[in-house]
Amino acid sequence: MTDPIIAKGTLWTVIILLGLGSFALRFAFLGLIGNRPMPDWIMRHLRYTAVAVLPGLVAPLVVWPNATDGVLDLPRLAAALTTLAVGYKTKNVLAAIFSGAGMLYLLLYLMG
Amino acid sequence: MTVTTPHTAYWEGVRDGLPFILVVAPFALLFGVVATEAGLNVWETLAFSVVVIAGAAQFTALQLMQENAPTVIVLASALAVNLRMAMYSASLTPHLGAAPLWQRALAAYMMVDQSYACSILAYERNRDWSPLQKMAFYFGAVTPVIPVWYAMTVAGALIGSSMPAGLALDFAVPITFIAMIAPALRTLAHKAAATASVVLALGFAFVPFNLGLIIAGIGGMMVGAQVELWMERRARA
Repeated sequence: MTDPIIAKGTLWTVIILLGLGSFALRFAFLGLIGNRPMPDWIMRHLRYTAVAVLPGLVAPLVVWPNATDGVLDLPRLAAALTTLAVGYKTKNVLAAIFSGAGMLYLLLYLMG
Repeated sequence: MTVTTPHTAYWEGVRDGLPFILVVAPFALLFGVVATEAGLNVWETLAFSVVVIAGAAQFTALQLMQENAPTVIVLASALAVNLRMAMYSASLTPHLGAAPLWQRALAAYMMVDQSYACSILAYERNRDWSPLQKMAFYFGAVTPVIPVWYAMTVAGALIGSSMPAGLALDFAVPITFIAMIAPALRTLAHKAAATASVVLALGFAFVPFNLGLIIAGIGGMMVGAQVELWMERRARA
């Protein structure tokens, strides 16, 4: 990773606010709102938050990796596609991680 | 018929929660390693895991902080990843809503994907359980998971500082996230949301302050919701 420096003030701000925010999300219904149902359209959008945010976070890291200064890199691209394929087929997170890491190290080794 | 006391419900929860150690332990270990690589010390890394307890959100925040994204964007993105917790909370409320406030607060703090999933399945199997038994099961299910989350974060942080370079750890985060997303691509709507997110994130990568990710997130959610509506209409027609 290139020059990984995170300011301490920023770090603690993020830890504390993210902790409070995450607790608020977890507590929202259980603690405060009770049994009242949520509007359908909100639930329909909430169902897709994880699959809408995480791919967008990952895509630039795969296509323009930091480690290669943003140049598309075959081992990393192949590792990402392997992880996706194995995770989709097996529904097994650990199997997907190990397959992807295996592909990455294999290609990094073969390509010297 | 066997009588389930809160005591037996608790131990049933522990038993159902035990296998998740296999999922949580490597993930926490990896967070410890990656956080140390990013320059956090052991205490900061542990504090992160204790205060937030949400692997995906923690990795998201860490990644964006390394990219020097503004704090508001870091928080908005990481909390968006955690929005699913609000759904879990809503879905647990009919079962646990009658418990005392302090128990509900504690349950909220320890709410993770695995404890939610195995609790909601247990409640569907045991419809005769009282709120007390349901809460006992829930605390049982998190008992093996949460201490392992803390401990393995520390282990990762301690290992991380002695990790040799050249392990291509820059790619640990993408691989972990892809491995988490892939099994979640169950329906056409999920696939469409993920695809839209990728296209929008790459297309709007030039937008400053990592706002491209926010655009991708909102766009992906809208595409997912619209495809779901379209699928429902088609199923009815």
